[in-house]
Amino acid sequence: MKQKQKTALIAYIFILPQIIGMFCFILGPMVASLVISFSRWNLVDTPQWVGFENFRIQFHDPLFWKVVLNTAYYSLVSVPLGIVISLGLALVLNQKIKGVAWYRSVYFIPVVTPMVAVALVWSWLYNPDFGAINTVLNYVGIKGPKWLSDTTWAMPSVIIMSIWKGLGFNMVIFLAGLQDIPEQLYEAAGLDGADRWHKFKNITLPMLSPAIFFVMIMSVISSFQVFSQIYIMTEGGPANSTNVIVLHIYNLAFKYWKMGEGCVVGWVLFSIVLLFTLIQFGLGKRWVYYER
Amino acid sequence: MFEPKKKEVILNIKQMRVIIKKLFTHIFLFIGGLIMLMPFIWMISTSLKEPGAVFIYPPQWIPNPITLGGYIKAWTFLPLSTAYLNSFKITLSVVGGTLLTSSMAAFAFSKLEFYGRKLIFIFLLATMMIPMQVTLIPMFILFKNIGWIDTHWPLIVPHVLTNAFGVFLLRQFFMTIPDELLDAARLDGCSLWGIYWKIILPLSVPALATLGIFTFMAVWNNFLTPLIYLDSMEKFTVPLIVSACQGLYYNDWTLMMAVGCSAVIPVLIVYLFAQRYFIQGITLTGLKG
Repeated sequence: MKQKQKTALIAYIFILPQIIGMFCFILGPMVASLVISFSRWNLVDTPQWVGFENFRIQFHDPLFWKVVLNTAYYSLVSVPLGIVISLGLALVLNQKIKGVAWYRSVYFIPVVTPMVAVALVWSWLYNPDFGAINTVLNYVGIKGPKWLSDTTWAMPSVIIMSIWKGLGFNMVIFLAGLQDIPEQLYEAAGLDGADRWHKFKNITLPMLSPAIFFVMIMSVISSFQVFSQIYIMTEGGPANSTNVIVLHIYNLAFKYWKMGEGCVVGWVLFSIVLLFTLIQFGLGKRWVYYER
Repeated sequence: MFEPKKKEVILNIKQMRVIIKKLFTHIFLFIGGLIMLMPFIWMISTSLKEPGAVFIYPPQWIPNPITLGGYIKAWTFLPLSTAYLNSFKITLSVVGGTLLTSSMAAFAFSKLEFYGRKLIFIFLLATMMIPMQVTLIPMFILFKNIGWIDTHWPLIVPHVLTNAFGVFLLRQFFMTIPDELLDAARLDGCSLWGIYWKIILPLSVPALATLGIFTFMAVWNNFLTPLIYLDSMEKFTVPLIVSACQGLYYNDWTLMMAVGCSAVIPVLIVYLFAQRYFIQGITLTGLKG
C-alpha cells in the first residue's frame, strides 16, 4: 500500500470512535426522534403511527405554549442581564489593582459547583419566612414576596439565581478579551481628546465584540435548555409559571410516558435554538468587528 | 514660594482621586465577592446547626452550638459514600476515555491527510449545536432495549464517543505543533501511533489538562442524564443524592445542607488545585470560538 493510502487508513481509524459516536448517539437518535414524534408510544404497548397527531395535540395544548413563553421569558431576561453584569464586572476588574486573580477566582466559584446543590441552598435563601433574603429585606422594612411560591416571582427568582451562578464564566471570557486590547488604542484616543464614554463605545465595545458574540450565542443556546434548577427549586410551579421546555419534555416522556409528544417538543426546542443561532449569525455580520 | 505649593496641592488631588477610585473599586469588588460566596457560607452554616436552630427568626449566621449532626445524618441515612464512588467511577472513566478519543480524532484532523477531512470535521463541529434533548428519548429507548438502564454505561459511553468540543479544542492546539517535529520522527522510523503517543500527547499536556478538568466538572455536576437512566439509589451519583434528599427529607435543612456541602466540597478542592486550567480553557474557547 502506498504511504499516502496507509496514512489515510490510519487517520480513519483515529477518527473512528468519534464518528461511531456521532452516528450512534447523535445522528441516529435524531432521525429516530423524528420518527417517534409521528407515533404514539408509551414503551409498553407497540408504537402506533399517528402522523401529525402529536404535533396537533401539543400545538393545541395551552401548557405547551406556556412553557415556550416561560422559556423565552427566562432567556430574554437572564441572557442580556447576565452579559451586562458580567461585562461590567470584567471592566471593573480590568483595572490594575492588587488581587485581580483573587477576585476572579472567587467570582468563578459558583460556576464550578453542581447546579443541584446551589439550587437547593437558594431554595432555602428564598424561604418566605426563614430565608436570608426576606430577612435582609425585613431589616430595611420591605416585606418580601413568597418568591418561589408566588406565580409572579417564581421565574424572576430562578433567573436571579441563574445569573448569579453564571456570572463568573462570562466575566472570565470578557476579562481575557479586555486584556487583549492594546493600550496604544486608548492612548491614541486620549490624545485625540476622547473621554471615557467615547473610549468605551469606540474601542472597547468593537474590540470586544467577538467575545460578546460568542457569549451571546452560548448563553442563548444554554438558556433554552434550562432544567436542573427548575426541577429542584419549583418543579415547574407554582401553577406552571416556571415550567420550561426541557421540563415539559421530561414530564411528557418520563412521567406520562408519551414518547411521541416528548419527541415533538424536543424537535421544537432544536428548531428554536437553530433559528435563534442563525438569526444571531446573520445579525452578527453587521456588528461584530474582527481585527485583521 | 507660591508655585511649588500649588503643584503640591494639584498632585495631592490627583493622587486622592486615584486612591478614592481604587478604594471604591475594592469595596465594590469585595461586596460582589461576598455576594458570590454568601450562599455557600449560608450552606455551611446551616449544615452545622442543630435542627431546632434552623427555624428561628431572626436566623443565626454562626451556629451555636456547632454540631455535626447534619453530616452524620447525611452520611448514614443516604448512600453518600456509594454515590461518591459512583460519581468518581463515571467521571474518571469519561475523562480518560474522552481524552483518548478526542485527541486521536484531533490528531487526525490536524496532522493527517485523508479524503473528506475538512467536510467530516465541519460535520462533526455542527453536531455541537444540537441540543441533547432532541436525542434524549431515543437514547433512553435504545439503552432500555439493550438493558443498560440503571447501569452507569449510558452515562459513560455516549460521552466518550461524542465530544466535538474536545476534538475542536485539541485540534486547535495540535495545529500549533510544528510539522517538522513529526517529519523528523517519521524519518527516524516512528509509526503514526508512535508519533501520536510519544510526541503529540506529551507536548499537549496543558491542553489535555484543560479539557480533562472541564470534562470532570461537566460529568460530576451532570444531573439530567443520571436522573433519567438511574433508578436504584445505590447507583446514584452525587447530584442525584442531593435531589433525592430533597424529596425524602424536605424539611430537614441541616441534613439537606450537609448533603449539599458534601456535594460541593470535592468540586471546590479540584477547582482550587486546577484553577488556572479553567481560566486557560475558557479564554482559549472564548476567543477562538
